[in-house]
Amino acid sequence: MRTTRNNLSPRVAGALRAAAFAVLLCAASAWAQEKPAAPPPAKKNSCVECHSVLDGPLQVTPEMAAQDIHASKGIDCAACHGGDPTADDDSAMSKAKGFKGKPKRSDIPQLCASCHSNGEYMRKYNPSLRTDQLAQYRTSVHGKKLKAGDDKVAVCSDCHTPHTILPANDPRSKVNALNVVSTCGSCHADAARMKPYGIPTDQVAGYNVSVHHEALTVRGDMSAPTCVTCHGNHGAAPPGLSSVENVCANCHVFQGQLFDGSPHKQPFAAAGLPGCVTCHSNHKIVRPSDAMLGSGPQSVCSNCHTGDDAGMKQAIAMKSGLERLHQKIDQADELLERAERSGMEVSQAKLVQAQARAALTKARVSVHSFGAAGMKADIESGLKLAEDDLHAGEQAMAERDYRRKGLGIAVVLILLTIAGLFLFIRQLERR
Amino acid sequence: MISRVRAWLEERIGLSQITGFLSHKTVPVHRYSYWYFLGGITLFLFMVQVGTGMLLLLYYRPTSNEAFESVQYIVTQVRFGWLVRSIHSWSANLMVATAMAHMFSVLFLGAYRKPRELTWVSGMVLLFLILGFGFSGYLLPWNTLAYFATKVGTDMVKQLPVIGHPIMVFLRGGEEVSGATLTRFFGFHVALLPGITTLLIGVHLAFIQRQGMSVPRRIDAEWTADPSKRREMRFFPNFFLREAIAWYIGLAVLGALAAFFPWELGSKADPFAPAPAGIKPEWYFLSVFQTLKLIPPRLWKIDGELAGIFIFGALAAIWTLLPFLEGEAGKRRRLVTVVGILAIVFIAGMTLYAYYAK
Repeated sequence: MRTTRNNLSPRVAGALRAAAFAVLLCAASAWAQEKPAAPPPAKKNSCVECHSVLDGPLQVTPEMAAQDIHASKGIDCAACHGGDPTADDDSAMSKAKGFKGKPKRSDIPQLCASCHSNGEYMRKYNPSLRTDQLAQYRTSVHGKKLKAGDDKVAVCSDCHTPHTILPANDPRSKVNALNVVSTCGSCHADAARMKPYGIPTDQVAGYNVSVHHEALTVRGDMSAPTCVTCHGNHGAAPPGLSSVENVCANCHVFQGQLFDGSPHKQPFAAAGLPGCVTCHSNHKIVRPSDAMLGSGPQSVCSNCHTGDDAGMKQAIAMKSGLERLHQKIDQADELLERAERSGMEVSQAKLVQAQARAALTKARVSVHSFGAAGMKADIESGLKLAEDDLHAGEQAMAERDYRRKGLGIAVVLILLTIAGLFLFIRQLERR
Repeated sequence: MISRVRAWLEERIGLSQITGFLSHKTVPVHRYSYWYFLGGITLFLFMVQVGTGMLLLLYYRPTSNEAFESVQYIVTQVRFGWLVRSIHSWSANLMVATAMAHMFSVLFLGAYRKPRELTWVSGMVLLFLILGFGFSGYLLPWNTLAYFATKVGTDMVKQLPVIGHPIMVFLRGGEEVSGATLTRFFGFHVALLPGITTLLIGVHLAFIQRQGMSVPRRIDAEWTADPSKRREMRFFPNFFLREAIAWYIGLAVLGALAAFFPWELGSKADPFAPAPAGIKPEWYFLSVFQTLKLIPPRLWKIDGELAGIFIFGALAAIWTLLPFLEGEAGKRRRLVTVVGILAIVFIAGMTLYAYYAK
């Protein structure tokens, strides 16, 4: 038997070589596998080390600090509070190292603005971020009251939090569209807190049943208006009587234009009525309905108009036009549904139904011209489309009946043929 | 006049030879004879498919921009277009059903055995071709359901090792289901598959003609024991007229289905839209679809879906080669019957499960 110089047979030696190779391969592959990257050495922050064990507003945990937009950009506690976060002892909070402690509430806007109003400085971090927050704030009710010595009003840290400041587009942020109503409501829905100012506290409750709230929370429309859309954010203030209509018209453009040219424009201004809000309310803006027109129990027209004046006649005419179109669309819908359930192809007619519905929506917008004449074109075009669809539905149903009659005749002919064949076979096999 | 036409034909095609052949051809008559009609009904439905398919071709346009609209035009604007399209769709489904029923009747009556192995194999290939017709034709209206069903179906092919991806690209005409896929499927549906199928139907019928109708073994034994019990009828006109009655019934059923349940068109396919929830293939693929869904992601050490495809592929191959595997004198006859019954129960159960599963 042939052996190697170690007295091993070639087969055993080969097996050992293969095993050694496999071990090396495994070791190499384990070595080659990417090791988890070691976290970068954390910058020392003695402020967080101590404040993490404190309670209440003094508490700042490492998790809070990790979320904060400033901390993530390397701006540490000392930027606002002074001192030396790298020092381990009491010298971290020594005046010699510039320690300022908790800023006075009245100083907070100016403190934040020392960076946020500096365009050159902010450009390094976020070139698209506005730098007029302080200027805006000074025009706000909050800013004016703060200047007048009322330090209970909202300052930057009340809305943005002091130590967990997140970008507004972060859903966790208190000023994100999803959270800003409850942020404003934390003060404005607090009756005790608002008592000295003599302002109502039902805004949040009203908003929560509004069509805007539904759009935001049910439909997930992040562009739906919240408090800041109408009142401004840093320059928060009531829109003011004369500008309510302009504020609403930012989104409801056509309604705003129609109102401006309507017979309501001048009388509303003369009577000091706040435009859109007069009929739609301000915070509790519920989904408008045709019942708001005319003289019914839900009518808003009857708040000013009486049964025999010209305005009420117009309102009744407008409501009647909308109802006629609505009924015609419903009628066509019902017939087309029946035709579709019968297997008829009515997709073209259903497409036209969408146009009829669009005409109804346009007519409802035209209500803001406050004259039946302004809606006439939309109502008539909608009625014509719905009428055509109704006709299409009737034709589809007639076609369905025609098909079934045709089938009946064909089946009778087939049965007669089958009977004939059957008799023929019998006759054939009797022979 | 008739005699002159007959004489004219006699001179040119030898008509008496054909009629003589037909009048001498016989069909066995016994208690299972009605199963013989299933093959003929399937053939009738295939002819309906060819006829209605040719009519649809007059208006159908096989591009992703026009396919849906052209089918919509056929069912709404073209005179009797709705009838032609509905009959084409219903007939396709009935053809799958009758072909499957025909296959199982042949299985249970033992008609696949020697010397009819090639008749069985050609029939099985025809069944696969019919399923191919269904799969390729389903995409042609270019509606949402068809689009995503084709996407799921062609995705399955990708699971095959090595050849899976090239086959999927070949079927789709690219990486995604697109207008190129539609054009390809149209080509398969109206040229390739009909050509092969017509040829194979000819071969299948030639085999039947060569071997004659199979008589179940038990009946054959009874007839051998008592030859006076043997009964036959002439293929023409006796059997032919009975088959004609069956075809007429098929025609009436197709007309009723088209009138009462016109085939839906759905909405136009949007490749950028998300797949509709709970999307399912046509009923004849439901059992395979549901089984593949139930197989765990990993089966031993291989991908579950891949294992499922291999299992179904192997079963289809075994089923096709059944006459060669059963052995001499049908030793495994009872096993085949039990497996056939289990297959029907499995297919029906899985189809119902898939139909009602959310």
